[in-house]
Amino acid sequence: MSLLIGALTMGLMLSLLAMGVLISFRILAFRDLTVDGSITLGGAVAGMLIAQGHSPILSTFAAMLCGALAGCVTGILATRLKINGLLSGILVMTALYSVNLRVMGKSNIPLMNETTLFSMVQGWAKSEDRWTFLIWQAPLQDVFVLLQLCVMIPVVALIVWAYFQTEHGLSMRATGDNPDMIRALGVNVDWMTVAGLGLSNGLVALSGALLVQYLGFADVQMGIGMVVLGFASVIIGESLVRSRSLGLLLIGAIMGSLLFRLLVAIALRWGLNPNDLKLVTALFVLAALVMPMVLARISRPGKTQTLEVAPDA
Amino acid sequence: MLKLVDLKKTFHPGTPNEVRALQGVSLTIEEGSFVVVIGTNGSGKSTLLNAVAGTFLVDQGKIELAGQDVTGWPEHRRAKFIGRVFQNPYMGSAPHLSIAENLALSARRGEFRGLNWALKRRQLEELQQQVREMGLGMENRLTNLIGSLSGGQRQSLTLLMASLKRPDLLLLDEHTAALDPKSADQVIQLTENLVRKQKLTTLMVTHSMQQAATLGDRLIMMVRGQIRYDFQGAAKKRLTPEAILSKFEEVRRMDLLDESAAELLRQRYV
Repeated sequence: MSLLIGALTMGLMLSLLAMGVLISFRILAFRDLTVDGSITLGGAVAGMLIAQGHSPILSTFAAMLCGALAGCVTGILATRLKINGLLSGILVMTALYSVNLRVMGKSNIPLMNETTLFSMVQGWAKSEDRWTFLIWQAPLQDVFVLLQLCVMIPVVALIVWAYFQTEHGLSMRATGDNPDMIRALGVNVDWMTVAGLGLSNGLVALSGALLVQYLGFADVQMGIGMVVLGFASVIIGESLVRSRSLGLLLIGAIMGSLLFRLLVAIALRWGLNPNDLKLVTALFVLAALVMPMVLARISRPGKTQTLEVAPDA
Repeated sequence: MLKLVDLKKTFHPGTPNEVRALQGVSLTIEEGSFVVVIGTNGSGKSTLLNAVAGTFLVDQGKIELAGQDVTGWPEHRRAKFIGRVFQNPYMGSAPHLSIAENLALSARRGEFRGLNWALKRRQLEELQQQVREMGLGMENRLTNLIGSLSGGQRQSLTLLMASLKRPDLLLLDEHTAALDPKSADQVIQLTENLVRKQKLTTLMVTHSMQQAATLGDRLIMMVRGQIRYDFQGAAKKRLTPEAILSKFEEVRRMDLLDESAAELLRQRYV
């Protein structure tokens, strides 16, 4: 039971990462690799500020802002300086590794007895209190944290959804969908991309900030492979909701993230070596990307010829 | 009003691929005038349109639009004055947004976009009314994705989008070239209606002699990055597709003569 609750809690926090990846990869059609750095940046800033005794709410906001800034830098490299989008992300991600070390001062900050965003709800129960559901038991504190996230994450998702219904948000969606068109309608596509990457990485950094406060430490290595993880959640979400409607895609990203953490928890329970986790994640994403093509070939063997010609067209 | 003074543009200068696309184009288009541009392939007619729209900045010359010097303005800034329909019917609308969302985006062309709701109910009814007036039967499908429409329907909508907020200049870049004949007719009909009703200042590039003869009140023929012929008023009214074709033939022969004459001179004196 506590395994399940742990997986759901992680899943909810990482769904912010998935939403960020959804915005950059799907809405802006920008393959942004900054994510690996900005999630750590979020964790580092929040961890450092909280360890210094600052308010956790303030620290979390600061973390989000720093992540957004990192995203904007990637956007400026890609649009104003005309550097390839993938490379821009890699450059910023690489630079962020040093920045994160500078922010933290060392490679790991423990947050043992600090006040975090979750301290308040954790304070409603004693650490030895147990919550019993039929035959299963779980620490009550963990249940409260999960409930808090069950409120927090949908609120964030709702704000993101609402933003994309505004004039500015709609223009951002159009920027990813058809830049020629929205440029002809008077939108500066460059700055819209910068803003979108800022929003995306802000969410990612928020995810990192929450993660650090939940896990009780910030680590400079925590971001490795996060972009693939987020993308995996987005893919799962898309296949779950089967829709291009933004609201459903956001819900899909949350569900995808939850489902992915559950699958990971089950796999680990069945004896998967945690060291293999990233390999498995990468293979999973690969499979998800290749599957539609393979399925199309199997279902229409007669069309194989045209399919092979298609990539050139 | 649009005023072009001695526009010059060279692509890939100093390379073997150098193209001198505009070689000193001057043109003044009065308010409410409907100008049709024709020309052979590579004559610079689309380049001219793109220069006005700001797709690239010209090397030399001056572009004045609605009383402002927009020569150095980037494309998105000029959008405030310009409504555009592209040759590619898929270029003028966002496929994964709904018809209503596309229309709402175009209703605020060139204006500040803040955090107001993009689709307000009152505005939605207004948009629906305007789509109904077009007579395409799409007014009850405003929540459908644009991507589900045909090329002709998308081009018609792009036309509506370009004129939803009255533009100081409407740019049409061979906007029926990629459509089937029936859709092309429909879009041309729509173009005529919109331009007439709103008295839009229009610059239209076309490849169709028929359209060139029947549409607009002024015809410009471009050859090699320059304006070769300019028919206005009564002269434009008299033009038939055949007359335009014979002008093309004339241009071709003159160019042939130019080249053979140059060759002759080269052989004799070099």
